[in-house]
Amino acid sequence: MRVLIPGITGQLGRMVATRLLEEGHEVIGIDRRPWPTAPAGIEMHNVDLQKRAAEDVFRKARPQAVIHMATVTHLVEQTEERYRINLGGTRVVFDNSRACGVEHVIFVGRHTYYGAGPESPLYHTEEDPPMAVSTFPELADLVAADLYACTALWRAPELCTTVLRMCYTLGPTGHGTLASFLRGPHVPYVLGFDPLFQFMHEQDVVTAICLALEKRIRGVYNVSGPQPVPLSLIIRAAGRVAVPLPEFVLRNALGRFGLPKLPRAALTHIKYPVVVDGAAFRAATGFKHAIDEAQAIREYRDAHPVPASRS
Amino acid sequence: MTLLVSDSIAQRVQRLEIPFNSFGVDPYGISQKHLGLFFSLLDFFYHHYFSVGVTGLENVPARGRAMLVGNHCGGVAIDGAMVVASMFFEMDPPRLAEGMAEKFINRLPFTSLWSSRTGQFTGLPEHASRLLEDERLLMVFPEGARGTAKLYSERNSLVHFGSGFVRLAMKTRTPVIPFGFVGGGEAVPTIANSYTIGRLLGVPYIPITPYLIPAPLPVQLEITYGEPMTFAGTGAEEDEVILGHVEQVKARIAELIEAGRKRRRGKLSLDWRGATPPRPASSKEHA
Repeated sequence: MRVLIPGITGQLGRMVATRLLEEGHEVIGIDRRPWPTAPAGIEMHNVDLQKRAAEDVFRKARPQAVIHMATVTHLVEQTEERYRINLGGTRVVFDNSRACGVEHVIFVGRHTYYGAGPESPLYHTEEDPPMAVSTFPELADLVAADLYACTALWRAPELCTTVLRMCYTLGPTGHGTLASFLRGPHVPYVLGFDPLFQFMHEQDVVTAICLALEKRIRGVYNVSGPQPVPLSLIIRAAGRVAVPLPEFVLRNALGRFGLPKLPRAALTHIKYPVVVDGAAFRAATGFKHAIDEAQAIREYRDAHPVPASRS
Repeated sequence: MTLLVSDSIAQRVQRLEIPFNSFGVDPYGISQKHLGLFFSLLDFFYHHYFSVGVTGLENVPARGRAMLVGNHCGGVAIDGAMVVASMFFEMDPPRLAEGMAEKFINRLPFTSLWSSRTGQFTGLPEHASRLLEDERLLMVFPEGARGTAKLYSERNSLVHFGSGFVRLAMKTRTPVIPFGFVGGGEAVPTIANSYTIGRLLGVPYIPITPYLIPAPLPVQLEITYGEPMTFAGTGAEEDEVILGHVEQVKARIAELIEAGRKRRRGKLSLDWRGATPPRPASSKEHA
């Protein structure tokens, strides 16, 4: 199958591309960022997804499937630029896919869209509304991109559209929001709260995306792996020191004293859990995670040992 | 487990039929470590501080989905804690009664953490339904916060019952095990509720007792579990049908409260005559 991956240069994009190549697919990548070490079989195009040159790639390559991974999730990006990339880019992917006869488009989103809050259900199904749009305004553009992708299910009935809401990634590459949060020797959390965190080993994430492609499933699916684990336990199992701080102290200390930089709304995500029910995806694809929660943390810890203390 | 947890409690925690992972945590975040400490505290209250009499345990299934539905009383949810303790200390194998807690609990630091680690979740239909589908034992107080706000004079009465529990029981084909709890009103003899102090503390109200604080007194408590009640249907029936079932459960709970009151009166009169009835066995003997 000819598969086009916008956002191929991201850590997850590279892994998906490599796996698809190994499985015998033809892989074409679009990304503004270069990938100098890309395997020989991957056709790379260093172009902006929203420019004419990207449209040419769609027209000439005639992909059968598109895996859209060109969303910016780093919360430090300028908001306007993120809106341009995440919303504008998603629209371009669907427009070009329809114009060029693509059969299957996969949008790779995040489970955090459901939002965290004291009255949220512990397990979210695909029917739940994405409350993060109000509880975590910095995620609004990503939520909007996800919902835009969902509209393709009725707006573009000729396309097989798959919207995946993936939980956090954890593994040796140290890629992803949770992995970044755990990076330092001391990891803060809100005193008196200890939410469950749901994560998958990065190789299982790749397997899930490849299965969505192989099974050509249509619809919105939560993707989860092993059972969730309390944050404090993840911190300790990763060899870090868990530092409980009163909420008002933590709110003012974020980004200082060696603590991770997070938007204030992110505090709700370290007070209350966002956990998804991945049963529908497992039923549709037969997906089963290969690496459990303990091994995923262990691999992260081994690849990213505790940084030496400055003192 | 820890020095604070006796071997017998640690063993009972291990025997709970809950899928704990290698970290000792289940898919809902219930933690063996927290359960050990929680039941060590309940052990003191259940076996030593209060005199808890329990009958009808044979009505609670040893495994599989079931809903314990009873009356609320006692200002600070002593009833819920003692029902959870009775399921843990008296059942064989022990069972964890998972409660549907008031929504404010999850907003409070520490309370939020401990309630979720010990299986007491925010009272949402999604939680109740999922736990029952997972063959768990659910504890429901259909009176809600109105129930614990009863004053001393109202201690054995029943206030308005919500109907969601019956719809859920029908939808998930779950037997309802009614229970009556007696003695909570004597443990926390509430003469008034302060809603102002409650608002300041982020809770619905604070019970005021003759000695001001809502600390419970060491009194005789009685829990009476009744025979399972099953209701056929889908849970989508008309309100009149559902309310009829709710009234049946409410009437049964009223009977169980009365049975508990009689037992309690009998035990107290024995106490007054100097013949102390045998106290319930401690957890060490049960393990």
